[in-house]
Parts: sequence; C-alpha cells; structure tokens
Amino acid sequence: MVKKIFRFYYHGFRSMTWGRKLWGIILVKLFIMFAILRLFFFPDILKRDFNSDQERSNHVLEQLTNP
Amino acid sequence: MIDSIDMSLVDWSRGQFALTALFHWIFVPLTLGLSFIVAFMHTIYVRTGDEEWKRITKFWMKLFGINFAIGVSTGIILEFEFGTNWSNYSWFVGDIFGAPLAVEGILAFFLESTFIAIMFFGWNKVSKRLHLTASWLTAFGASLSAVWILVANAWMQKPVGTVFNPDTARNEMINFWDVLFSDMAVNKFLHTVTSSFLLASIFVIGVSAWFLLRKREVLFAKRSTVVASVFGIIAGVATIFTGDTSARIMAREQPMKFAAMEALYEGQANAPLVVIGAIRTDTTKTPNPREDFIFKIEIPNALSYMVFLTPSGFVPGISDLVYGNEEQGILSYEEKIKRGAVAIQTLKELKRAKDRGDEATYTAMREKFNDPVWLEKYYRHFGYGYYKGRELKELIPNVKLMFYSFHIMVILGTHFLILSLIALWLSLKNRWGHHKWLMWVAILTIPLPWIATESGWLVAEMGRQPWVVYELMPTISAVTRLSPGAVQLTFWIFLATFTVLFIAEIKILVTQIKKGPGGK
Repeated sequence: MVKKIFRFYYHGFRSMTWGRKLWGIILVKLFIMFAILRLFFFPDILKRDFNSDQERSNHVLEQLTNP
Repeated sequence: MIDSIDMSLVDWSRGQFALTALFHWIFVPLTLGLSFIVAFMHTIYVRTGDEEWKRITKFWMKLFGINFAIGVSTGIILEFEFGTNWSNYSWFVGDIFGAPLAVEGILAFFLESTFIAIMFFGWNKVSKRLHLTASWLTAFGASLSAVWILVANAWMQKPVGTVFNPDTARNEMINFWDVLFSDMAVNKFLHTVTSSFLLASIFVIGVSAWFLLRKREVLFAKRSTVVASVFGIIAGVATIFTGDTSARIMAREQPMKFAAMEALYEGQANAPLVVIGAIRTDTTKTPNPREDFIFKIEIPNALSYMVFLTPSGFVPGISDLVYGNEEQGILSYEEKIKRGAVAIQTLKELKRAKDRGDEATYTAMREKFNDPVWLEKYYRHFGYGYYKGRELKELIPNVKLMFYSFHIMVILGTHFLILSLIALWLSLKNRWGHHKWLMWVAILTIPLPWIATESGWLVAEMGRQPWVVYELMPTISAVTRLSPGAVQLTFWIFLATFTVLFIAEIKILVTQIKKGPGGK
C-alpha cells in the first residue's frame, strides 16, 4: 500500500511538464517567506521579548491601560 | 502612551496589512470558484464518458493549479504580521484566532493537499469514481479553509461567545458554537464564497469568449460557457441574497459602516437608497470633514425597507451616531468615550491593586468584570476610552472610500449577473459567439470581478475603522510600537515580492490559455 502511494506520487511528479515551473515558484516563495521574511523581519515580538505568559500579560496590560 | 503614538506607524502598519490581505485575495476567490467549476465539468465527463469533457476539465484544472500554486501560503504572511506588527491585538484575541486557525490547518489544509494530488496525478491511475471524489473534496476543502479565517474575521466584527479575562488581558472562548455560528460569521462565509463562485464564472466565460473570438476550440468554449454561466447565475442570485442579509446585519451591528456606505449623515425614516451618485468633501460643516452629494439617483424608501423590511424604519446617519439621538436611543460618542475611559481605568486599578497585593481593591475591581450590567454599560465601550482628548473624526471611517467601494461592488455584481444570463440565453439558442462586441465585453469583464471583490473587502475592513476588534480595540492600541521606518521597509519588500509573483501568475496563465486545451 505504502509502495503504491509512493509510486503514485513519484510518477505524478516525474511526469509533470508545466507543473515543474510552478514547483520552482512555490519553493522560491516559501524560501523568501520563511528563511528571509520570518527570520529577519517578522519575529514574534511578545515571544522574543518576554519569557513567560505572565510577563506578556503584564506588558499588554501596561500598553492597554496607559492611553 | 497612546496619546503620543506616531500615527504614521499606525498608517504604515495598516497599509502593510491591507496590501498583504488584498494581494492574498487576488488568488483565493478564483481557487474557491474554479475548483467547483472543475468538479462540475469532471462530473459531466464521468457521467457521459465524452472525451471532449475530459479535455475541458483538464484545461480548467490546469488554470486552477497555476492559481493555487502561486497563491498558496501568501496568507501565512498575515500571521507573521499579527505577531510582529499587531502584537497587542494578537495577545488580546489569541485564543479566538488560535482555535479556528488550528482547525483550518489540520482539517482543510490536509484535505486540500491530499486530494489535490489525486486530482492532478490521478488521470488513468485511480478509478474514475475516486478521481472524481478527489476533485469534489478539493473544492470542499478549499471552501472549508475559508470558513475558519472568515469565522475569526467575523468575531473581530462582532465579538461573541467569549469573555475578557482582565488578569491576562486576553479574550477567552466560552462557547465555540456561538463564535462559529454567529449571524455575522455565517453570512460572511456565504457572501464571500458565493461572490467567489461568481468571479470564477466570469473568468471562465471571459476566457472562453477569447477562444470564440479567435474561432479556436469552439466546442470547448461553448461548453465551458454553459457550465460557467449556469454556475454564475446561481452564484449571482445567492450573492445578492447574502449581500442583502449582510446589509441588514451591518445596519444593526455596525451602523456607522452602514451609514458611511450610503454617505448618510442625517438619519431618517423612509430613507432612500442611493443607486448612483458622486460626492465631494465639505470642510465647513459638521462632522468635519463631511461628504456632500454633487448628484444622486435614489430609490425612495428603499434603504429603510432594506434594513427593517418596512419603509418607515429609522436609519441612523453619521451625525446621529457621533452626536447621539435621544429620541432613537442612540448614545453619543462623547458618552461612549466617557464610559470606555471608566472601563480602562478600572482595568488599570485592578492591575495596580494586583501588583501591590491590595486584595480588597483587586476583588472589587475583578467583580466588575463578572457583572453583566457593568460589562454592558462600561466594558462594551472599552475601545472608545482611547479617544479621550482626541478628535471625534478619528471614529468615522473614510466615507468617500466607503461610498464608492460599496457602489462599485454592487454595480459590477449586477453587471456580472446580467452577463451570465445573456451568455446562457444565447448559448441555449446557439448564438453565443455570434456577436463580436459581446465577446469583447466578456473578455474586458475578466478583471472586473477582482475590482468588485477587493472593493467588498475594503467596505468590510475599512468600514469598521478605527476598530480592529469592534468597539473594544482600536488600531492605535492594537499596534506594536515599532519604528515606522522598519514597517515601511517590509512594506516595500512585500510590494516588490508580490508584484513579481503577480506578473509570474499572469504570464503563466496567459501562456497556458494561449496554448488552449490541446497544449502541453
């Protein structure tokens, strides 16, 4: 069964024509998003700057209650 | 702190989010609609065994695949932005967004990605029935993906099924079904998917018209047009009904958005509906600025009828909502700001009492957040408290943008339905393709559904400004205090990346369309 599923996908990918270009675009896109944007430009601020949920709560409460 | 917030930071953060959402939405509606059109065509092929239907199915499946591949995961960037640019908001709503998005990830994504492979690779490899099932499950999986994100969006428009925990500053879900089945969520989903189906139908009709104009693949083009026009008519009628329900919900839940859509400043009974009009800004009247009509064509009583199903219903205008209307029981924004400020102060006292270990004060403040009367009177207006000392106009959405976006959406939607009806009527008489000018109309209409659907999102999202979470959290308290320069930088990076992807999509699509159903 596992062999059959593997073969199905293997032959599917191998017989792709126009789809190869699309896979190229998908991979480049995912690389830009996760390896560049996520890593260098989009940190999760609360996870990065605080160690516990208690600290995160305190920080957000501070921000919300000091208009 | 918020008093001194750099508004350019808020504007750039909003602009960046809008850019990402609008770009993501270029691909989604075509994926949603085309997947069902492909499934219908595939069904006809399996039932008839006619090889021409197989060619038709494969061609549109190919275009579906291109759109899916280029669009897939562009929405993930929105989640990055939540954590970086909107961290306060992200924390405030975390549990509400977490649950629907987790369900989306597990159910819909795996359903889609498993069956999409069978759909594309399954020709002559799996049984016809399994292959067809895969096409349908891909279509349903795509719509299922849309359910969860739209549920989360609907909660932001109408927060229900949750309770605010003042100790953690988070909203906690108390009833998943209230969140899932709120009238806002159900209607938002139905309106979004039916309008997406209409968009895909117009795309298929337009591309088929191109083939007919060039007298290529005539049978393929005519058959495609019949399927798309039937689907388009059903979707168009459903879009009108769900749009009508949406207007009624909006008038009740978000009256400011509704009034801005019609540029209605003074509320009235027997309110007319503006069919078409032009407005200009007047800075000498209140609320300042104010939009006045240069000209308009109206249907008498229709707006009141649309909302209350009776012509005598009172539709509040922008002035009623800003300055209040005692007779109609509408609180002024000034009063809401006062009450919101009380709620913020209570939260502040609770935090201080907790920090210094003052148990008595803490308990007294905590009890308020459990008291339904206090919550209704004060916490309900929490977000207005941030506008103490600020200008009231900040609480009014951009009326000009709302008015034009709404009317462009409605006018274009009507055009799409009429075009679908004409396409089906002439197809049944075997005369579709006989009029060159009509083919050109269909071809030139191809980009218009995107203008309509993006206008719809502008109405939904900019119309609720300044609220991120309706009446609880405005953009000025939701945004992360980053430097505006950093947000600008990522804005331009996105714009460049998205432009390249968009050009790639158009180029690949056009190449494959030119090759036609016979092309490799």
